[in-house]
Amino acid sequence: MKQIKTGWRPVAAILLLLVTWEAAGRAADIPSWLLPTPSQIWLEAMAGWVDYKLHLFSTIKLTLIGFLLGSSIGITAAVCLHLLPKLRETVYPLMILSQNIPIIVLAPLLVIWFGFGILPKLIIITLVCFFPIAVATLDGFRQTSPELLHYLKMAGADKRQIFWKLEWPTALPALFSGLKISATYSVMGAVISEWLGAQRGIGVYMTLASSSFRTDRVFVAIFFIMVLCLLFFVIIITIEKRVIRWKKKGAEQHG
Amino acid sequence: MAELSLIDISKSFGGRQVLENVSFSVSDAEFVSIVGPSGSGKSTLFHLIGGLLEPDNGDIYLDDKRVNGKRGAISYMPQSPSLLPWRTVLENVMLGGEIIGDKNPSEAINMMAKAGLAGYEDAYPDQLSGGMKQRAAFIRSMLSPQPLMCLDEPFSALDEFTRLDMQQWLLSMWEEHRRSILFVTHNIEEALFLSDRVIVLSSGPALVKADYTIPFTRPRKESMVLSHDFLEWKKTIYQELRVMT
Repeated sequence: MKQIKTGWRPVAAILLLLVTWEAAGRAADIPSWLLPTPSQIWLEAMAGWVDYKLHLFSTIKLTLIGFLLGSSIGITAAVCLHLLPKLRETVYPLMILSQNIPIIVLAPLLVIWFGFGILPKLIIITLVCFFPIAVATLDGFRQTSPELLHYLKMAGADKRQIFWKLEWPTALPALFSGLKISATYSVMGAVISEWLGAQRGIGVYMTLASSSFRTDRVFVAIFFIMVLCLLFFVIIITIEKRVIRWKKKGAEQHG
Repeated sequence: MAELSLIDISKSFGGRQVLENVSFSVSDAEFVSIVGPSGSGKSTLFHLIGGLLEPDNGDIYLDDKRVNGKRGAISYMPQSPSLLPWRTVLENVMLGGEIIGDKNPSEAINMMAKAGLAGYEDAYPDQLSGGMKQRAAFIRSMLSPQPLMCLDEPFSALDEFTRLDMQQWLLSMWEEHRRSILFVTHNIEEALFLSDRVIVLSSGPALVKADYTIPFTRPRKESMVLSHDFLEWKKTIYQELRVMT
């Protein structure tokens, strides 16, 4: 109930935007290759399903593989850097630097090095995903409560027990915020990597559409990218709620 | 069986002497309190017994075994309840045993019922009141297999009424399951009410100033706190502490 009561505002805002867009487009008679109206985009989305469904599935697959790879590398990196503080000091600046390389510039280079296969694409997605997860998880480890740590040490816990019983659960909420950011980034990463050369994918569909002035199709692609991002986001939130149940229950208690 | 003895323990940090030749012992099933002004090295003492620190000098024996710098030899109850927020209360109270590799759920449930925590097995610590959290923390250390319990000002964060309840409760639990307890506090009344012996520490550097055997019979009643003898004892220890400042 509560969600319905508060949820109508953003929905109304989106509807208003669409209606204005549609009305302005018709009133000013803007040609559809310049800016199609929402209704034209909708018609294309309906009619072109057969054309782009393969592209869509290919992108979903690429995103999923890339995301899983990127997040596992991100989590592993965070754990290693956390357990080895010297390594962290050494590598952390390098990690931040790696994020300052513009992906759009790096991507063609990766194609030169690794060809048009799936490998350069996975590298791009991994690069994009890994950083938010690694940084968030590292921050999460650092939030370990000194009181709890003190108790566990006094109770005789060894390093492994401290990690699994204390540090890892402490870092989980932060890890999930990292995953949420990366989930949306990974869709972008997949699309960008497809621009460079692929047989299939939303990125390919988009390039083809824009070079043939099918602006309506570009918007269809944009729409699906947004839907994909949202979908991944929701999936992560659902998993998060199952894994971190204790937080919610506590919050309810305090009302 | 649990006998703790500290022999000539000294410890300094960066040239500042914190403990100087501290010696005392806790016999089996004895309740010993340590009182001292804040900053008198009470926590350092616990860190040494718990094995987080090693003494510069002297030896710590637990049941004739030297435990200098050895962790996991005692069961510990800290000042804050320190329950893991992501574990249910039941999983929390078993943590002490779990670390040593000795978990006993049925005993834990039993003990929780005695502590008035029945029905809260699957609750999370956030859902408990301050006193309940401390009781859970106490049970956790009771369920740990180590025979010596070290309690570090466990009630200092509670309000006065809860604190009195908790002291009474602690005594009743302890009388049922006699364990050796080393109890640190800065509250003289609390120390007198609970203990068989009260050890007074001086500050900077800490040394054992006095070691009193408290003669009150057990089980102890709350009304005892207002008796003449009790107040006399309070005065004695208070003066002992005053001399130092």
